[in-house]
Amino acid sequence: MCGIAGYMIPREAPAMPALLRRMAGVIRHRGPDATGIHTAPGIGLAHARLSVVDVEGGTQPMSLADGSVWISFNGEIFNHVELRESLRQRGRIFRSRSDTEVILHLYDMFGPDCVDHLNGDFAFALWDARRGRLMLARDRMGVRPLYYTEACEGLYFGSEIKALFEVPGIDPEPDPLALDQIFTFWFPLAPRTPFKDILELPPGHMLLAEGGTTRVHCYWQPSFPDAEEAGRGADEGSVKEELRSLLTDAVRIRLRADDPCGAYLSGGLDSSLISAIAAELSPQPLKTFSVTFDDAEFDEAGPQQIVANALGTDHHALRCAAGEIGRLFPDVIRHVEQPLLRTGPVPLFALAGHVRENGVKAILTGEGADEVFAGYDIFKEAKLRRFVGRQPTSRRRPLLYQRLYPYLPRLNRQSPAYLSAFFAATPRPDDPIYSHQPRFRVTAGAKLFFSRALSDDIGSYSALDDLRGRLPADFSRWHELHQAQYLEMTGLLPGYILSAQGDRVSMAHGIEGRYPFLDHRLVEFAARIPPSMKLKGLCEKHILREVAGDLLPESIRDRPKQPYRAPDGAAFIGESTPAYVRELLSEGTLREAGLFDPAAVGRLFGKLSSGSAPSARDSMALTGILSTQLWHEKFPRPALGENDAHPRGVAAS
Amino acid sequence: MINSKLLQTVRGFIADNFLFRAENEALDDDQSLLDSGIVDSTGVLEIIAFLEQTYEISIADSEIVPENLDSVGRIADYVERKRAA
Repeated sequence: MCGIAGYMIPREAPAMPALLRRMAGVIRHRGPDATGIHTAPGIGLAHARLSVVDVEGGTQPMSLADGSVWISFNGEIFNHVELRESLRQRGRIFRSRSDTEVILHLYDMFGPDCVDHLNGDFAFALWDARRGRLMLARDRMGVRPLYYTEACEGLYFGSEIKALFEVPGIDPEPDPLALDQIFTFWFPLAPRTPFKDILELPPGHMLLAEGGTTRVHCYWQPSFPDAEEAGRGADEGSVKEELRSLLTDAVRIRLRADDPCGAYLSGGLDSSLISAIAAELSPQPLKTFSVTFDDAEFDEAGPQQIVANALGTDHHALRCAAGEIGRLFPDVIRHVEQPLLRTGPVPLFALAGHVRENGVKAILTGEGADEVFAGYDIFKEAKLRRFVGRQPTSRRRPLLYQRLYPYLPRLNRQSPAYLSAFFAATPRPDDPIYSHQPRFRVTAGAKLFFSRALSDDIGSYSALDDLRGRLPADFSRWHELHQAQYLEMTGLLPGYILSAQGDRVSMAHGIEGRYPFLDHRLVEFAARIPPSMKLKGLCEKHILREVAGDLLPESIRDRPKQPYRAPDGAAFIGESTPAYVRELLSEGTLREAGLFDPAAVGRLFGKLSSGSAPSARDSMALTGILSTQLWHEKFPRPALGENDAHPRGVAAS
Repeated sequence: MINSKLLQTVRGFIADNFLFRAENEALDDDQSLLDSGIVDSTGVLEIIAFLEQTYEISIADSEIVPENLDSVGRIADYVERKRAA
């Protein structure tokens, strides 16, 4: 696993090897084993390497034998064995066993369409010296990150944004609209990032820069059949068989590595299923890893141990003690480079460190199943809201709301009528984002705390309208479950789950996450499974449970979903309040950053310190404010006057 | 006619605990707290705890309904009825 960085500049401009070393240096945690650079007129590529496949032969940046095509590559191509074989049959000669070289040959034969052949998680920069063309590309689901900016007469890119800030003249400047999006969705809408003028290459996209022009286009995105086609002609038995064989293959090719892979075990269906398949395919006992919490509301140690025992894995649990979240939060913000509304990434950051200490470099995880097979509560919630909405006078239907969140005691102390009023507060069932409205509404409550200046900068901008305007043309024809799945698969999944809770926190320790459920063959197959086989009544991931039938203990297979959560607002108040919290939430610091209203934040902190357990909205608000303050501190704007020659005039603002 | 002190206390509680800042506190007495996103799905428990403590009333589960609790006016009205009972 690795980090990449580099630039494309005018041919006559001098090469900047020192800059490349600095860019690779700040993302060295991603690839601590070796650093490599390549410069030629107009181009600079850098690479920080963690050796997983072909430890000996995989040095990067790498080129074709004639030096005509160069690549700096982050990620894994899981089908590289099959691809290499078929390329060999077409006369290609390989100098290494690495998957990197496979991409070079594929590009040589197919040009930018080479991505269509790849099954993997990747972000790469490829330089075609013959045409003077730079190609940046990113995997379909967005597992590996890639950012870029066009500034200072060049195009600069890197696996993490901090690499770009090594370029003189490129400085961190908060983007008000991105903050509005984060305080609505939990993440900015790609290609926007929290920093002005820094862009993310969205999942399934590529960028081609040549002859003075830069083009970005989408080569793959999730798609679903029209609603009337969605349920037709599928036989559950054969769907189950095909799913099982695809999933097994997705795990099989993800176990390819020079060192044995481990697996995360949350205690839920998805990671248990992956671990079960991996344990069967691994020649040595599978190492599994999990987080445990002291607070029973979040802890899943019991089910984790049941699965580990049943599968006979070599299990390692890391206890996330009270106080750990507050202690690690600043480090996590530096790695994720964006404000967070939740603390979920923190225990996973600690867990990746634990994995590293146990000598494992690559880890299988069950992430993605909830998006691809409709496991999240939000899908049930939307179905129920529509069901209740069709008979608004029914007194029985709202009773079902109490079945939605059995693990949220505060929610269930309310009457069905009240829950009904809450969930029905968005009365337009034809709104394309109907399914997500309650979540967005609660999150957006945290915007109350924005400073007047920040609110003025945001103006009349509507993040919800922005999202509605980005939906694909055929979205309105899809089944409502598929519409909700699309929103998750292209929104929260790459924007938060795979990023803040995935790549960033695991790569902070050089650990590579591998996601069998996000194998694109599986994603494409699942899109054609009838909605009723995914969410059957109110039973989520039905078809996956069927597959799990003979692989897992019954108690795990039939266990209702318990979403992964960590203590949020409570981590920052009371006895465990870390010292930096008071400092960052002090009137002076808040005023200096200028993003939040100090008096309002003071009232919130006072309310939460008074002892009662914080509500979801207050908890998110506190976490969001604190993380934004930390983010602002970790990525400071340059002081006024320091950059009078700044190309974007930041100093003037 | 609901007494104005009661209304003022309820409004003050909502303002302090859900709105947090002065310029947001121009709250209509009949504005829905749920629709406007002021109170989330668990926020109503905070309102109940406040009413039970402040007015020494006991609120039954069956009374936790939007008709009683979803605006400043409804809350004040509901408390008045409870105290009269």
